[in-house]
Amino acid sequence: MATANINSSITAANATNRVHWFKYAAPNNFYFLAGRLIPWSAVVAAVLTVLGMIVGFLVAPTDFQQGDAYRIIFLHVPAAWMSMFIYVVMAFWSAIGLAFNTRLSSMMASALAPTGALFTFLALWTGALWGRPTWGAWWVWDARLTSELILLFLYIGFMALQASIDDVRRADKAGALIALVGVINVPIIYFSVQWWNTLHQGSSINMKGAPTMALTMLLGMLIMALAFWAYTIAITLYRVRCIVLEREQQSDWVKTAGEIL
Amino acid sequence: MIYWHSVQDFIAMGGYALYVWGSVLVVAAFLLAEIVSVRLRRRSVLDQIAHSGRARQRRSV
Repeated sequence: MATANINSSITAANATNRVHWFKYAAPNNFYFLAGRLIPWSAVVAAVLTVLGMIVGFLVAPTDFQQGDAYRIIFLHVPAAWMSMFIYVVMAFWSAIGLAFNTRLSSMMASALAPTGALFTFLALWTGALWGRPTWGAWWVWDARLTSELILLFLYIGFMALQASIDDVRRADKAGALIALVGVINVPIIYFSVQWWNTLHQGSSINMKGAPTMALTMLLGMLIMALAFWAYTIAITLYRVRCIVLEREQQSDWVKTAGEIL
Repeated sequence: MIYWHSVQDFIAMGGYALYVWGSVLVVAAFLLAEIVSVRLRRRSVLDQIAHSGRARQRRSV
């Protein structure tokens, strides 16, 4: 009896002292938190997009080698960064979902995939439109382009696999495996221009040394990157709220929430 | 501050209009399409929830 009492008092003490880290791991709590975050990130995304396009297309000077074709950089590089970054975040949430069996983590991974695939496609599309005037080819099978194309296939594979499995929790686990195995491709994309002799130019910004571009060009690119970040946050939270509702339709909190959903 | 001499100059993009505007328009179109698609997805799930809620009410009456 004594040990039982001690145990229960320890649990009670833990419960009162514990910071509620996991409060927002519950889909119903997170649903309303996400709902409050979406308008802010959407406004930030809209403002930064306008600002970034003004800097990139009206203020930044033309490039002495590439002429105005270089202005594709303001969309191409941010899209390519997002395509890789979203995959890493998707793999992270997949890993958390596998390790802790948290439903919301897997829903986050599923919510990120379509946007990641979209940015990968846009990076390839804008890259083709940039490659044609500067290299004379829409597409070449060099390491950078090929590994980015593989990234698109990984996203599509993730979504197709999840869509093909009826049991959502099993679909989460199967998708997580693709996400985790495929994450090895991200450093391959990133370092491909250093490891192999590619037609694709080296990075304009890296960890060491000054960037090799004019300040306004750099500024436009960074603002557009932040705009795509904010866009991704807004659209992912919006989509994860849809997924939460789709999966929890039968739960009491959804049935009783009514108008506040 | 503004780099261009005229609107025509801006639209011409130094002869690269097809490539530059082909990038801008496709990016804009796809991002807007994604926004429309998630809004439709939300509306559809909310409709489902409302529909099943009304069905429950009818049964309980």
